[in-house]
Amino acid sequence: MRVPRIRKPWRLVAEATALLVAAVVAFPLYWMVLSALKPAGEVQSTEPRPWTLHPSLDAFRRVLDQEDFGRYFLNSLLVAGTVVIASALIAFLAATAVTRFKFRFRTTLLVMFLVAQMVPVEALTIPMFFLMRDMGESVPAIGLNTLGSLILPHIAFSLPFAIWMLRGFVRAVPESLEEQAALDGASRTRFLWQILFPLVLPGLVATSVFSFISAWNDFLFARTFIISDTENSTLPMALLVFFKDEGNDWGGIMAASTLMTIPVLIFFVLVQRRLVSGLGGAVKE
Amino acid sequence: MSGRGVAKAPAGAAAAAPAVTERPERGDGRRSGAARRGRWTPWLYLAPALLVLGGLLLYPIYQLVLISFLKYTQAQVSGGEPTTFEGLANYTRLFGDEQFWEVLTTTVVFAAVCVVATLAVGCALAVLLTRIRALPRLALMLAALGAWATPAITGSTVWVFLFDPDYGPVNRVLVWFGLGGFQDYSWTYGRYSAFALVLFEVVWCSFPFVMVTVYAGIKAIPQEVLEAASLDGASQWRIWRAVMAPMLRPILVVVTIQSIIWDFKVFTQIYVMTDGGGVAGQNLVLNVYAYQKAFASSQYSLGSAIGVVMLLILLVVTLVYLRLLRRRGEEL
Repeated sequence: MRVPRIRKPWRLVAEATALLVAAVVAFPLYWMVLSALKPAGEVQSTEPRPWTLHPSLDAFRRVLDQEDFGRYFLNSLLVAGTVVIASALIAFLAATAVTRFKFRFRTTLLVMFLVAQMVPVEALTIPMFFLMRDMGESVPAIGLNTLGSLILPHIAFSLPFAIWMLRGFVRAVPESLEEQAALDGASRTRFLWQILFPLVLPGLVATSVFSFISAWNDFLFARTFIISDTENSTLPMALLVFFKDEGNDWGGIMAASTLMTIPVLIFFVLVQRRLVSGLGGAVKE
Repeated sequence: MSGRGVAKAPAGAAAAAPAVTERPERGDGRRSGAARRGRWTPWLYLAPALLVLGGLLLYPIYQLVLISFLKYTQAQVSGGEPTTFEGLANYTRLFGDEQFWEVLTTTVVFAAVCVVATLAVGCALAVLLTRIRALPRLALMLAALGAWATPAITGSTVWVFLFDPDYGPVNRVLVWFGLGGFQDYSWTYGRYSAFALVLFEVVWCSFPFVMVTVYAGIKAIPQEVLEAASLDGASQWRIWRAVMAPMLRPILVVVTIQSIIWDFKVFTQIYVMTDGGGVAGQNLVLNVYAYQKAFASSQYSLGSAIGVVMLLILLVVTLVYLRLLRRRGEEL
């Protein structure tokens, strides 16, 4: 890529600034991992040092020894994974409908999807709470204290944005491909899943970042909907255990935070290429 | 992640650009194609989405509005007392409460400051990214992706720890720079310092979205257009004003609207960093206020009324956004 013509001293200043900003931005994460690796006495020291001479895994051990941490971790993965897959599939179908078909209420629907993005999730926690409570009586899998009560709302909340974002990707697939497929005798279902779906996959990946984050980060629903059956709790709750009245266990908090951040980081690294081009593509359309 | 990966990405963004110019002919193709299709097919495709959104978004909104008109406290929830219709009583109570107006003002001001700061940092860094070589760009990109990827709750705990009066490094550094007042200074104790702390975290975790999106947008501007402009003798400022800004406007609108929505709804950061709304509720924003009313003091109807107010405010933002889209003649 070409760097615009800019006089050398200024470019060096710009690059130095970029590196400095990068260091500042990365510092909290560095401090998190560092504190997780420091031995107990060093974390809670009033003379914090930006390095440690005695790295130890004690804090991680404390976290993993904590009852059910592994279970919480799996629950979080299960919730986020289900949300990503379900909302990707549902959004793909919906985005196809609103970009490839002309029908009554199409524009109305699009406006509705746009408005739905703005709905403050937090305000809906109250009716959701009662909804889950009541639904749980007939469908136990989605009542309060179940993973279903965390999965379903997140699918609903990530859908509008996903549909909106996917539109551009579906639209970019040439119409002629579909005609060609029809001439070759492919059914519409076949075209949808065997031709269109793979072509839109990069867009789905970029979209999934947002649904993954919203589900993985969820703190509010986990705190509100999982009240008695703690075995269906998720990671954010495991983190809170280390906040104590008699003094926070910062080593434990930082170790748990590190463990909680790693899956998202891995996910980001896997999709980052698609993410940048996806954002450009979706916004550009 | 490789250096090539990041450098390559804008090519993808640029490739998506022609979709804009091709749209008219495609529209015609779509119409002729549509005639051959079954009438119900689009609805079949939409069915799962509409089912989920209807059941888990539309219905709860209806419930929220309904509860805000009822008397609904612990007694009604447990079935001890019958639920009664109260009309606008909850709203009268809410609007008569001084604290509500204070929290509302705080929310708007805090969200506005967050949006402005996020956009300023994000856009400035996006421009910076276009002016530097691959290696420093990769470093900044990686750091930003890391901040972006960090879950809100871990981000919150880490920032609180960084600013911890006893064990945090920030106060130490400030003291070392000669600002002795920061010895044992508690950021979460004072109202403004607590908000400042939350602001830092919010900007930290949300500027990457703005930076990456705007950067992708700048890279999608064809290089020839810029070269032609500079050959015509346009100044850098002129190029920005007359060529780049109009082309970037759609992207800027999107990131601004997204930021407004996100920052207006900040919950986890406030809840975790200020321990549920700060000392004596000094750091409450509408979200946390509604939550506390509903789940901490079992005043579900009052909490719902606050929720409805939030919903209305965001609806206004949406309508403004739609108008902007309309005015540009955007086809939905």
